[in-house]
Amino acid sequence: MATGEVFNVGSAHRQTPLGVSSPYGITSRKLCMWLFIASDAMTFGALMVAYGYLRVGSAQWPRPFDFSPSILNATTMTFVLLTSSLTMAMAVRAARGSNRSSTIQWLLATLALGILFVVLHLREWAGLYHEGVRLFQNPWGTPNFGAAFFSLTGLHIFHVSAGVIYLACVAIGVGRGTTNSDDVEISGLYWCFVDLVWMFVFPLVYLMSIRIA
Amino acid sequence: MTETVDDAKSAKGILFVWLVLVASTLLEVFVAYRHLSGTLTLVLLLTLAVVNGYFIVAFFMHLKDERRSLILTLVPATIYVLAMMNMLFPDGIRLHLMKPPLH
Repeated sequence: MATGEVFNVGSAHRQTPLGVSSPYGITSRKLCMWLFIASDAMTFGALMVAYGYLRVGSAQWPRPFDFSPSILNATTMTFVLLTSSLTMAMAVRAARGSNRSSTIQWLLATLALGILFVVLHLREWAGLYHEGVRLFQNPWGTPNFGAAFFSLTGLHIFHVSAGVIYLACVAIGVGRGTTNSDDVEISGLYWCFVDLVWMFVFPLVYLMSIRIA
Repeated sequence: MTETVDDAKSAKGILFVWLVLVASTLLEVFVAYRHLSGTLTLVLLLTLAVVNGYFIVAFFMHLKDERRSLILTLVPATIYVLAMMNMLFPDGIRLHLMKPPLH
């Protein structure tokens, strides 16, 4: 795959195996990713509603997040994830332009930012652990806080970690010539979805729980 | 030549969306520290989150470039299910209001 023609999948390939055009104008793999994203959005939605349900059902929900280090750390994490979406969008753009080396570079940048996000998040978790927050106990007296917080953010960390592995596989595939621009675009959908979820986790979990003096 | 101009435009567009998202995030932090009422803070933060979500889905995930049939298949169904989940909240409030005193 030395030329860009095969790497960049054009509209001619966006057909079913029987040669019939897809009603959505996309490949079945891309449609599968969109359907996965829709169902995963519902999973995260259910967890966020569970978080909210527990919160409104509690007499006093903990507000443990100080500006420094928690909110500062979470804002930095948001910035890192947004920047990773930018680099991912640039990778998709490079893949569409059949520029393989540039695609790999942008993918590696996205991957590095994803790892940084996970490290910052684990640092946040460690800080809460040292404050005495566990799954079903914490110093502030609402036992379910830990369970709600760790399950929601834990599922998100799992998604980011899975995304890092996924992007690494795609980058290796692009380098070897076994994946094409459509694969890069599909991995970009997943990565941006992870960013999309964080856009709701950050305000609802962190900013709504800042410590009030 | 036209492709190069289009490329530069698309790169600028991506960068612009990123700047909007960063600015919106900083605005969220600002709103959170304005010490407004809980409900108003929640409404403002959720509005900003939805705006951020729109920019990510439309521009970073390129959904706005897809066929309308795909958009109409995915978006209304997802929003409907997410909205229906919120029916649980009145029960959460009832749980709080009807809780017997601890002593």
